[in-house]
Amino acid sequence: MTVAAKHADAPVAVRDLTVAYRETPVLWDIDLTIPEGKLVAIVGPNGAGKSTLIKTVLNLVPPTSGTISVFGKPYEQQRKLVGYVPQRGSVDWDFPTNAVDVVQMGLYGQLGWIRRPGRKERQIAIECLDKVGMADFAQRQISQLSGGQQQRVFLARALAQDAQVYFMDEPFAGVDATTERAIIDVLRELRSRGRTLVVVHHDLETVREYFDWLILLNVRVVADGPVETTFTLPNLQAAYGGRISFFANAADAGLASSVESAAGD
Amino acid sequence: MPDLLHDVIFDYTLRNVALGSALLGIVGGVLGTFAVLRRQGLLGDALAHAALPGIALAFMLTGSKTSLVLMIGAAISGWLGMLLIIRIVQDTRLSEDTALGVVLTVFFGFGVVLLTYIQHSNNANQAGLDQYLFGQAATLVWENVVTMAALGSVALLLVALLFKEFKLLSFDPEFGASLGFPMRGLNVLLTSSIVIAVVIGLQTVGVVLMAAMLIAPAAAARQWTNRLGVMLALSGFFGGAAGVAGAMISVTARRVPTGPMIILCVTVIVVISILFAPERGIVWDSLRRRSLRRDALARGPEATA
Repeated sequence: MTVAAKHADAPVAVRDLTVAYRETPVLWDIDLTIPEGKLVAIVGPNGAGKSTLIKTVLNLVPPTSGTISVFGKPYEQQRKLVGYVPQRGSVDWDFPTNAVDVVQMGLYGQLGWIRRPGRKERQIAIECLDKVGMADFAQRQISQLSGGQQQRVFLARALAQDAQVYFMDEPFAGVDATTERAIIDVLRELRSRGRTLVVVHHDLETVREYFDWLILLNVRVVADGPVETTFTLPNLQAAYGGRISFFANAADAGLASSVESAAGD
Repeated sequence: MPDLLHDVIFDYTLRNVALGSALLGIVGGVLGTFAVLRRQGLLGDALAHAALPGIALAFMLTGSKTSLVLMIGAAISGWLGMLLIIRIVQDTRLSEDTALGVVLTVFFGFGVVLLTYIQHSNNANQAGLDQYLFGQAATLVWENVVTMAALGSVALLLVALLFKEFKLLSFDPEFGASLGFPMRGLNVLLTSSIVIAVVIGLQTVGVVLMAAMLIAPAAAARQWTNRLGVMLALSGFFGGAAGVAGAMISVTARRVPTGPMIILCVTVIVVISILFAPERGIVWDSLRRRSLRRDALARGPEATA
């Protein structure tokens, strides 16, 4: 783990974080240490503050109290180590631009003010599109891409950032099977190179298959730790309240065994 | 026609009108592109109306009708309106269209009150201030054109330098913020440039119709291209062409207000673009759909049988 040796501090450490919109707390007293080189899922019901947590780490939402560090320092000093995939629905896909141009936006931070992307940046962007299986669509107007293809363009843009830790807001939401496969392949490849991936996820059935580490969130941190010990029925019940019915599917995904192991603790 | 061309080059008034209208059209078209893409179509309308009290106050304070003085008043007032809109959106629960509506009506109402007060005062010099409502191109003098060119160059230079940053602001401001670009500052800068575009156009097009010079050329340009750079250039061209054509008609026909004439010209461009642009035009679209349906009808029964 050479990357771990390079960074003595955890990719993300959150201490006593509270975020409130007006009087309503959205996140309450969050303490988290996200380990390096893991695929981390943030899971929780609607309104649990999953996106807000990511946006607060990225300094897009001001914290009411508490501190956040990225590899031991404030985010402002570590921007170049951080990549971001916003929710696909957060932008207007009828914007007059094409796929390769969007991916090049991932390089704007390195370019700095005024300098425009050139031949080199374009080359990097096309390589990133290739990694998500979208090289053939480089010149395609973005409104003509399917939802899954748009999501892969966003992922390619984050790849162009060449970060150490990535934050992704629902990258699997509403995508086709091809895209889901392409995305998880890229995430695993990044993990194999020691990158840390923090992913807001909504599909309980795939948590066990895709992720190493789980943060169960419902305004507070309900539980966090390795998926094997954290993805348990009592924890899910605590996070989702009394809405049990849809856990039938989660049980199919191997939850039953985890309930037994949790009972053994 | 050759006579008109000769006049445009050698007649003092016509030349000023042509240059001034071209400038307002180009700058309005380019800056309006960003407003349209950011779904802030009414921003230009609010800023133009917000400029009116500035014009009236500048006259009351200085007693001068020099267009430079009035432009400065318009710019300050429009800029204050912009800051107020941004603050309302940031600090209250009101939505942006509400903020735009409030600023537009309050500033315009105040401006009309001031204009009425000035008209009823016994200032013999006041005649002509009301031309700022609908615009009067014939009043453009060479000094106006120079001022417009200087201001317009600043706005266009900003767009040229910060093309990449403004693109980021328009497409994905949150991502831009995560990269460390000060998106609020960029928003103020871009909106200030739109204020400049508005101020340039007020004397010619007027407060009431200025918004069209920001929205219409961009809406037409969007029909023809899928690239931001091309859209900016095309929008500037459409705006400039409509400005020149409208102002020329207004000046040669006499007694036709310039603003409405320019708007009619740009409307022609918009209608043609919406109907006939190759990909997005509704004429081709409905023709495509009809031929698809014909094909489906021709093939359908066999396929199902």
